[in-house]
Amino acid sequence: MIYGFAYDTSSTWAYALSILPILGIGLIVTIEAAIAGFSIALVLGLIWCLLRRSRLTIVSWSTAAIVEFIRDTPLLVQLFFLYYVLPDYGVTLPAFLTGALALGLQYSAYTSEVYRGGFDAVPRGQWEAATALNLSRYKIYRDIVVPQAAPRIMPSMGNYAVSMLKETPVLSVVTVLDMLNLANMIGDRTFEYLVPLSLVGLIFPVMTTLCSFGIHALERVLPKAGLALR
Amino acid sequence: MTWLHFLPALLKGAEVTAIIAVVSTALGGLVAFVIGVARVEGGLIVSKIALVYIEFMRGVPLLVKFFWLYYALPLIGLSLDPITTGIVGLVLNISAYGAEVVRGGLQSVPDQQYEAARALNFSRAYTLLHISLPQAIVEMMPAFGNLAVQNLKDTALVSLISIADLTFQAQQLRNITLDSTRVFTLTLVGYFIMALALSLLVRLIEHKLRRGPAFPKAAQ
Repeated sequence: MIYGFAYDTSSTWAYALSILPILGIGLIVTIEAAIAGFSIALVLGLIWCLLRRSRLTIVSWSTAAIVEFIRDTPLLVQLFFLYYVLPDYGVTLPAFLTGALALGLQYSAYTSEVYRGGFDAVPRGQWEAATALNLSRYKIYRDIVVPQAAPRIMPSMGNYAVSMLKETPVLSVVTVLDMLNLANMIGDRTFEYLVPLSLVGLIFPVMTTLCSFGIHALERVLPKAGLALR
Repeated sequence: MTWLHFLPALLKGAEVTAIIAVVSTALGGLVAFVIGVARVEGGLIVSKIALVYIEFMRGVPLLVKFFWLYYALPLIGLSLDPITTGIVGLVLNISAYGAEVVRGGLQSVPDQQYEAARALNFSRAYTLLHISLPQAIVEMMPAFGNLAVQNLKDTALVSLISIADLTFQAQQLRNITLDSTRVFTLTLVGYFIMALALSLLVRLIEHKLRRGPAFPKAAQ
């Protein structure tokens, strides 16, 4: 029994059906982790991107180095780093938050590139015109740059959100009870890993395929010319 | 305990990581070419099979692949040792992503090249091997470089199926010394150095290919 659901091992189909609700609960945790992680990645990536555009060379260079370091090191090791090192300095976070933080940190390196690409795609003339009109830097971003960059950024962000969803099983390593962890627990108790792990292996591609359709639809709906913020 | 005391164990792990990364990238690249060419050049059925392979393998998380190969596969009678399991999992993963790169590369070759080849009565196989692939492969290199680095990072997951790679050694060291900060900092730096070396290597290969027979001096 896990979460009050008993498993019925009388036949393969009955077994698969009886553990689906348990995996469903794990799926919710998986999706929550991806949403939390991606929110962090969206904010942190924007911070990296803006720091990289700083006029101070020290700031832009050191940011570039940090982002490169984050991008080139494995999520699993970053996760271990946060999970074991933070408590040594008095920061004790629940496993779920540590996991979301690690996901967000790793993906902030990717999202910062997406932001950069989106901002760079706004023609130079737009910047110059905005400057000529004496708009403040904040107004340039809010009214000129972001509305034009947003439609270009969003599909790539969607793709990264889907890949993050596929990396959440790593969080099971630090005791987060996601779908994979629950499948393993079911296997540990019934000595039958084939069905739970195969189910997890089927649920993920179904989910990512659905998400891809969603992103394609989003791409078609977004106005190419720009997205007004007001 | 100083930094130096951690190095022997970590270097031993780094060697395993490097071997697994190199073998899986090479094999994965090979499979990627087969699947990618099948996707572009294959008939209706072959290209559909390639598509299903690509979509399915990209959809299943790598860790789920590892656990499935490691825990579930023996239950239907096929037991692989951990190293083979790790390499097979990584190859299944990288080949699906690589096949998309191959497809993109082949489609980036200008149509005129194919038309000229047909006008010269070259067979499809000859066109592929001598006209389109040599040009496409150069365009693929940056994307393959990214995939190789991604694959190197992904090898960290093999520590979870009991392979003594860099991450595994780091975990062991941490359990013994409880010095998480130094152990994991060194480990991160180790992966970073390997990733830098790998991207440098890929850039060198790309540079070499650009000077190869597919790109005569006149065109440069």
